[in-house]
Amino acid sequence: MTSLVIAEHDNKVLKDSTAKTVAAAAQLGQPVQVLVAGQDAGAVADAASKLAGVEKVLVADDPIYARMLAEPMEALILSLAPNYDAILAPATTNGKNYMPRVAAKLDVPQISEILSVQSPDTFTRPIYAGNAIQTVQAPSGKKVITVRTTAFKAAEGAGSAAIEKVASAGDQGISKFVGEELSKSERPELPSAKIIISGGRGMQSGENFHLLDKIADKLHAAVGASRAAVDAGFVPNDYQVGQTGKVVAPELYIAVGISGAIQHLAGMKDSKIIAAINKDEEAPIFQVADYGLVADLFKAIPEMDAELTRLGY
Amino acid sequence: MKVLVPVKRVIDYNVKVRVKADQSGVDLANVKMSLNPFDEIGVEEAVRLKEKGKATEVVVVSIGPQQAQEQIRTALAMGADRGILVKADGDVEPLAVAKILKAICEAEKPGLVILGKQAIDDDSNQTGQMLAALLGWPQATFAHTLELGDGSAKVEREIDGGLQTVEIKLPAIVTTDLRLNEPRYASLPNIMKAKKKPIDEKTPADYGVDVTPRLKVLKVSEPPKRQAGIKVKTAAELVDKLKEVGAI
Repeated sequence: MTSLVIAEHDNKVLKDSTAKTVAAAAQLGQPVQVLVAGQDAGAVADAASKLAGVEKVLVADDPIYARMLAEPMEALILSLAPNYDAILAPATTNGKNYMPRVAAKLDVPQISEILSVQSPDTFTRPIYAGNAIQTVQAPSGKKVITVRTTAFKAAEGAGSAAIEKVASAGDQGISKFVGEELSKSERPELPSAKIIISGGRGMQSGENFHLLDKIADKLHAAVGASRAAVDAGFVPNDYQVGQTGKVVAPELYIAVGISGAIQHLAGMKDSKIIAAINKDEEAPIFQVADYGLVADLFKAIPEMDAELTRLGY
Repeated sequence: MKVLVPVKRVIDYNVKVRVKADQSGVDLANVKMSLNPFDEIGVEEAVRLKEKGKATEVVVVSIGPQQAQEQIRTALAMGADRGILVKADGDVEPLAVAKILKAICEAEKPGLVILGKQAIDDDSNQTGQMLAALLGWPQATFAHTLELGDGSAKVEREIDGGLQTVEIKLPAIVTTDLRLNEPRYASLPNIMKAKKKPIDEKTPADYGVDVTPRLKVLKVSEPPKRQAGIKVKTAAELVDKLKEVGAI
């Protein structure tokens, strides 16, 4: 049989999380097909067809899929489910929203946020904010899986899969999209950024995040934040890195004025290199940092900026 | 309108979790247990709806050991009206919980069910969505604000790119995100009053649900540990080190 990966996209661009989910699906050892549910998402389907290891791309084009609302997505995936024995989605806010509905209707347990595929029916996943790792074996039958995308290397673009249209499964008319308020930024997105600089409560205000913006612009980094900084209203919710925000694993993570609560570490401790600036030398962030600087961030960040300028960044 | 709030007894979020030496799970002996923080936000939201006259009754349900009664009492002290404890020892998977909740919804007929978006022990983030699917109801997960209208609810949701607003027909499922509200502390008089509020005791069998886990947990292990690195003296030195190792 075959595995089906549900594509993450914004109707224009295929997100990197899809390529990573395809990589996870490939490890199940079966052919992989991708479902693109969206509106006028032809460019997304083209991009998906080029991912290595993808056998076929299915496209469901209907305005009801434009925002991937959970109710129509459930109906669509269920209409295709008989052809597959594993269905995978990235553990984005979309995947987390519609996948459990699919699992419930198929009467199978969902395996959330897998970190690795040990064998076609055995997976590891984080529990207790990543403070423990569970190895679970799925029962026979269909598998419904969400993928912690930072744990997998993206499938690269080498394929040329066929693209096939599939029928819309209709709208139950019980939910509708009203609007959205998306953060606009010229910088890379948090989940795919190679460098992230995050601020915490120590930033003291939203305005002070401009200090981080300057560094981010020089390093082509994304800007993130701890829960404390988001709760204090310094920055919007989509900046949040942590157990309940975004989980990231960039090449370099720079934590500024972040103490390092368990919930925050859960979202960034798999970063390749961690640098931390905090005036409290007892801050737990230093226990995971490769490079620690005990200093007042309001002095250290301008100094860092000056040194970057001196080096030609 | 009746509001149903399912709550889970979990290890307190301040406790440092320890994996058992035999890798059978985490050590829960003599560990402080609490109401799952996201569920606490759900209780608060339901109680506020009642205070605003939008809800008539707040019913709290927990599926767990006998001691989960403590978490129901906490919710009752915050202002919920009555509780239902469905006694089940050991791990009950989200799908089994959703099946029990479905049966309770059919009996209680709530207009709204508010759940936490995830429990901080298994971090599954499934139960609300599963319940919605089993009932055929709409859902608004990761709620940031909730506004009840006539026969519908408008919910602002925390999504990866920012905020999204959806309108869902009632009855519906809402799951809470962190910033929906700040839960209150129960006052002493309310804690005393809560002791007199009724808690109905049931078992999964009363609802015809088999709670035997379907996923087999082969082991629970420690995550790879990171070693603390070095301390640098100045910001310039930090930049130089990062450049030296090719991180920037």
